[in-house]
Amino acid sequence: MTIAYLALLTAMLTTATPLVLAALGEVITERAGILNLGIEGTMYAGAFTGFLGAELFGSAWWGLLIAIVAGTLAGLLMAVLTVTLGVNQHVAGIGTTLLLIAACDFTSRLKYGGGTLPQIPKFGQLFADVPVASQFLLTYLTFLVIVPAAWYALRATGMGLKLGAVGENPEAADAAGISVARVRYAALAIGGALMAMGGAFLSLAMLGSFTLNITNGRGWVAIALVIFARWRVWPAVAGGLLFAAVDALQLQLVVTPEFAAVPREVMIALPYLVVIIALAVSGRNLRYPGAYLQSYRRT
Amino acid sequence: MRAGLLPESRHTRRRPRFTRGLAVTSVAAAAALILAACGGATGSTTSSSSSSSSSGGGASSEASSGGSSGASTDKPLVYGVFATPLEEPWDGAGDQGMRGAAGAGESVYKRTDNHDSDDEMTRTLTDLLTNQKPDIVFGDAFSSEDAVRAVAKNYPKVQFAFGSGNDPVEPNFSTFDNWLQDPAYLAGMLAGGVTKSNTIGVVAAMPIPEVDRIVNAFIKGVVETNSKATVKVTFINSFFDPTTAKQAALAQVAQGADVLFAERDGVIEAAKEKNLPVIGMMVDQKSQAPKNVMTSLVWNMRPTVEEVLKEFKAGTLHSQNLGQYSYMKNGGSSLAPINTDIPGGIPQALIDKVMAKQKDIMDGTFTTPIDEKPPAGSTTVGQ
Repeated sequence: MTIAYLALLTAMLTTATPLVLAALGEVITERAGILNLGIEGTMYAGAFTGFLGAELFGSAWWGLLIAIVAGTLAGLLMAVLTVTLGVNQHVAGIGTTLLLIAACDFTSRLKYGGGTLPQIPKFGQLFADVPVASQFLLTYLTFLVIVPAAWYALRATGMGLKLGAVGENPEAADAAGISVARVRYAALAIGGALMAMGGAFLSLAMLGSFTLNITNGRGWVAIALVIFARWRVWPAVAGGLLFAAVDALQLQLVVTPEFAAVPREVMIALPYLVVIIALAVSGRNLRYPGAYLQSYRRT
Repeated sequence: MRAGLLPESRHTRRRPRFTRGLAVTSVAAAAALILAACGGATGSTTSSSSSSSSSGGGASSEASSGGSSGASTDKPLVYGVFATPLEEPWDGAGDQGMRGAAGAGESVYKRTDNHDSDDEMTRTLTDLLTNQKPDIVFGDAFSSEDAVRAVAKNYPKVQFAFGSGNDPVEPNFSTFDNWLQDPAYLAGMLAGGVTKSNTIGVVAAMPIPEVDRIVNAFIKGVVETNSKATVKVTFINSFFDPTTAKQAALAQVAQGADVLFAERDGVIEAAKEKNLPVIGMMVDQKSQAPKNVMTSLVWNMRPTVEEVLKEFKAGTLHSQNLGQYSYMKNGGSSLAPINTDIPGGIPQALIDKVMAKQKDIMDGTFTTPIDEKPPAGSTTVGQ
């Protein structure tokens, strides 16, 4: 049996990029005490608005910028619902996901009438012929800039401390002069922007177009990764890489004669099984952020 | 800072503003329900040549000529009911066939799509059969055979023609499908002749008869021009998931494939990235990658639609297997023009061979064998 290991690593980094971006966004919002189940819809909206932006303005960069704006707005919508109005976070999140997916599909139908969607200018690959290094710029940005910056910001800056304080004990944070609402709004906005970037990666880098159901549950995988990572940045990255590696591995194994006896359904389920097992193993004695799922109001 | 020292019993939240919170929650819940439910509604009968409307559960639109709604004209009202989104190429081909017939003034055509469960199919069909009274319903039953057949039984006066892997049922349930084994065989010959690594990758939906027979015919075509080739087949377990299909194709390239067959959408993007020849599906997909797509298997559903309309007009409608109307020799499928402007080019001798075989298929000297057994993940043809 021959596995092309370099191709496996290449595929792992590509597949992991949207998962890592989305999981990172979710880490930030959940650290502030908000479970953002709008993640799947926000990724979807990022994929669609990124596609629209690239088509309208003729550049993938514009697409990315518009996706970031859309993601920020999606985050702010969640903030209005959960922070200002104090709506149940599960309901607000699922409602946001349903709303955003439906709105994108609707707009897509209005504009394109249900046919095959056009090809858009997409991001090219850097180092196209070098194994492993041949990745999209967004992948480099994600792993070399965004993740370390987020890790540092959460760990060692005043902003990060405020975020943690608001997520653990909003009353104490409030007493210390931190505006709970403002911090949560900021966390949701930044988190939404990252999720939308993850979605935009699918349309602007991987496909160069948009298709219905493009995110295909990746947002939910990211939610699982965040719990697996216990709200920490690097373990979330590791989880994303693990999922992507197993996915890349099964795609190669399924076409090798040696694995012909393994039912392909098992192969397809493999990455999900790995995540479930990882969750079951690491998910014991989870300590959620102190103010998880709780809205805060002065009384 | 992570407050490990703080007691677990929290007072982060005093008594919630109960009434207000409840009211907002109900509004949000209601909004979610409405969003989820609006899939069941079918569209109005306003006449328009553009299409519109979609939502989580389904979409409906009119995309035809014909002026007014079906009831006020003697043209039959044809309804297209698709399980997958219209953007999926199988639907696209069916839609095009029905739109063509409507455009030629033979029928009034409406459509609705994205009904991907038994329950949704049943509700949608019952709703439109009751309220819009179509004469003929076309659609795909693959993912909800039992549900669709059960509804058809309740409306014996309406003609049903559904894409299906099973048999037709009297008195009103006909079946059709994309019988693309002929162009698949020809495309296989091309792929076998073009590959240099003797490895060809196929990314397909799932092992069901309609997919299996296309992939198997493709493999048989490969055998005809290359006795040493290995054909690798990945099923992505979805009719429409281009990002997964692309990654599957890249994994095949990693395993040595240098020619790809895009039974599903997404593979062409991988071929473009790796600069490899690729074969498209359902419509001529050359425009997606003019320097990589060497040809496509093209499905033309118009003859199938015409047959049903002809019988409707003659009053001789009955249930039948319409499969033959998708055969190449009946104009139901074809191989798109061969594009030699691909990496490595295509030798003229190979094209001549393929064209000769195409002639044999058209005049009936050669019948492409039909094999509906699921192909293996890796088949070495010489063995």
